[in-house]
Amino acid sequence: MKDSMTTSQTPEASKSQHAQHAQHAQHGQDGLELCDIAIRLGDRVLVDLDLVIAPGEIVTLMGPSGSGKSSLLGHICGTLPAAFDVQGAVRLNGRVLDGLAPQDRHVGILFQDDLLFPHLSVGGNLAFALPASIKGRAERKARIDNALESAGLAEFADRDPATLSGGQRARVALMRVLLSQPGALLLDEPFSKLDSDLRDQIKSFVFDLARQNHLPTLMVTHDPEDAQAAHGRVISLD
Amino acid sequence: MLRLFPILTLVFMVGPVTAGLIGTFLPSFGILPALGGDGASLDPWRALLAQPGLWQSVRLSLFNGLAATAISVAIVMLFCAAWQGTRIFRAVQRLLSPILSVPHATAAFGLAFLIAPSGWMARLVAPFMGWDRPPELAILHDPLGIAMVIGLVTKEIPFLFLMTLAALPQADTERTAQVTASLGYGRITGWFKATLPRIYPQIRLPVLAVLAYSTSVVDVAIILGPTTPAPLAVRILGWLSDPDLAKRFMASSGAVLQLALVLIAMAVWLSAEKIIGVLGRRAMVDGRRLAHDGWLRHVGAGLAIIAVGAVILGLVVLFMWSIAGFWAFPDILPRNFSLRLWGREFGALGDSLLVTLMIGVPSVLIAVALVLGCLENEVRRGLRRHKAVMWLIYLPLLVPQISFMFGLQVFFTLIGLERTLTSVVLVHLVFVLPYVFLSLSDPFRALDPRYGQTALCLGASPTRVFWQVRLPLLTRAVLTAMAVGLAVTVGQYLPTLLIGAGRFATVTTEAVALAAGGDRRMIGIYGLLQMLLPFAGFAFALLIPAVVFAKRRGMGGMGDRGGNNAT
Repeated sequence: MKDSMTTSQTPEASKSQHAQHAQHAQHGQDGLELCDIAIRLGDRVLVDLDLVIAPGEIVTLMGPSGSGKSSLLGHICGTLPAAFDVQGAVRLNGRVLDGLAPQDRHVGILFQDDLLFPHLSVGGNLAFALPASIKGRAERKARIDNALESAGLAEFADRDPATLSGGQRARVALMRVLLSQPGALLLDEPFSKLDSDLRDQIKSFVFDLARQNHLPTLMVTHDPEDAQAAHGRVISLD
Repeated sequence: MLRLFPILTLVFMVGPVTAGLIGTFLPSFGILPALGGDGASLDPWRALLAQPGLWQSVRLSLFNGLAATAISVAIVMLFCAAWQGTRIFRAVQRLLSPILSVPHATAAFGLAFLIAPSGWMARLVAPFMGWDRPPELAILHDPLGIAMVIGLVTKEIPFLFLMTLAALPQADTERTAQVTASLGYGRITGWFKATLPRIYPQIRLPVLAVLAYSTSVVDVAIILGPTTPAPLAVRILGWLSDPDLAKRFMASSGAVLQLALVLIAMAVWLSAEKIIGVLGRRAMVDGRRLAHDGWLRHVGAGLAIIAVGAVILGLVVLFMWSIAGFWAFPDILPRNFSLRLWGREFGALGDSLLVTLMIGVPSVLIAVALVLGCLENEVRRGLRRHKAVMWLIYLPLLVPQISFMFGLQVFFTLIGLERTLTSVVLVHLVFVLPYVFLSLSDPFRALDPRYGQTALCLGASPTRVFWQVRLPLLTRAVLTAMAVGLAVTVGQYLPTLLIGAGRFATVTTEAVALAAGGDRRMIGIYGLLQMLLPFAGFAFALLIPAVVFAKRRGMGGMGDRGGNNAT
């Protein structure tokens, strides 16, 4: 089954895209720019926002459910259904994302469920995310083992994700996103389903790694504690 | 490329029906140049109307079709109302797939072996009645068609039950039942007043499909139905198979009449629905609660268990006959057993299995590929399903087979495909596609869309997301759809016979052909043989995911419909 949108890309294409994106970075601004974004569904305005998130900065977007927070994230990663009417521009490190296919945007997202693929092993999940441009079985395995080790999950590569604890799964999900080499990170209420005793630990794990990787990070949540833990700007939508 | 799939699917499903209807309609007015019919005339209709007992055949088809449908719907609704959410309900639910996979003809043969005057039930009561030979009762082929109605009911109940099960979650039935119970309503009354009105719209199309099928059925009618005269569809098949080619014109008129009959039956059904709706709306608010409905609940369970039991017991008796040595009336078991006949028929059995697979495997593979393409297209383009689409999917199941098979035969002759494997595969596809679509669309749409979104955001192309994420997650659903499709193609009698012009001897055409002969041992063998492929299909659909994903707990407990969610 060949894809009609011909969006599949060769490693070369993805490399050249990286190169382009490095060039753009010199002209445009670094980080994630949301320029005058307005999202409408029918006559209702869900989101109206102008925001720049610097690399390594974590911005929290607070608002009640139904306020369109998740629609904004969907728009940034390119998976928002066509029924929504969106104005404004999204730029990542100077590169305009609008019109690009989701897989060409290099925007990672974490949901409140870890969404680890249940048919793949832990290592398989990570390998799925690792770009094909990283070649050679040994090299790929080393990258995955490194990632697992840094998450305190060494020797977990062959495990079935279903046998992991909630906290372990959350860490694997984050490592999976990071291995895909994103330019920005989106968090959609990522801690709301975790046990309360785990939550703080996972929060600092996610936030620390986001900063270490210099990722502009946008988190939506309705939990004020998440916002506090992020130590960043908080924007309220209502 | 992906956008072509819905169009192709529609062409393969609706195209043959349309071509077939045109090809039947024209000869019914004397137009069929290949057979010397050059000008429009009413002669075929005059010949048809002059057939003795025509109106009796018409009446049989109409009444029996309506009766079989009404009884099946009533039993399924009563059973769901009385037992939803209980252990017996789940037990019956688990028996569904194997029973659904039993072809109509097999179930009909099994039933015949049970209820015939010399059948198993007569043998059970014989000692008490003092019978030493079969009683002289016209139970099979009874002039009123009661045996045929029972045969249809036993096979339609599992289908309607499955369709109702699919509709139930959308009405939040478990909590509705709690609310009605706390208001003092009996289980059954509460269900009929609060749940049925919400789910009926979703099972209307399957019910109409059952009605169309029951009104125009051929194989079950040959095995169990009246013979003097037979229901209309059986007589049309007789005229179509007549060596006198001129009879084809009259047969076409008969086929058009059969279509009209199905439309009348549907009109009657829909009017009855309206009347029941008006009365029901009044009853819904009259406050009567029928709180003590224990007896009715047991009636519901009893009827459902008899229907399911008849199919299962019928299979057992078929099996016993297939290995029976000497088996006199009124012995309950044969005196001795022998595999002689199986041995003698072994070569022939292999041949008909092979022919069945030659038709079935390509039909199922094409159908699954087309349906997956349609569903993937829907997901990628964010389309919502239109209501009219469901009518198109059901179209091949709503038009009586006999009404477009002859026309389709003519059409295939015109394009030079007559009596080829291609044409038989294409005609099977018409019926496999709707079932594969119905079986696969729910699990596909129920798959958490965030899996796909996550994979895309990880940089995977849509093509890769389909092959490496969606398809593996749906392994079980896809295999189940294949098993359903295989069961459908194995069970096809009329299309194989007419489009293949007798050249393709499948297990089903062979089995039905044995009906007239009445050799019980041979019928037992071929009846069971019909079961073999569908059964193997469902067994593989269970086994393959269990083996492939033995080490993936998240792929295990996904329920019968597969792949809903893994968390």
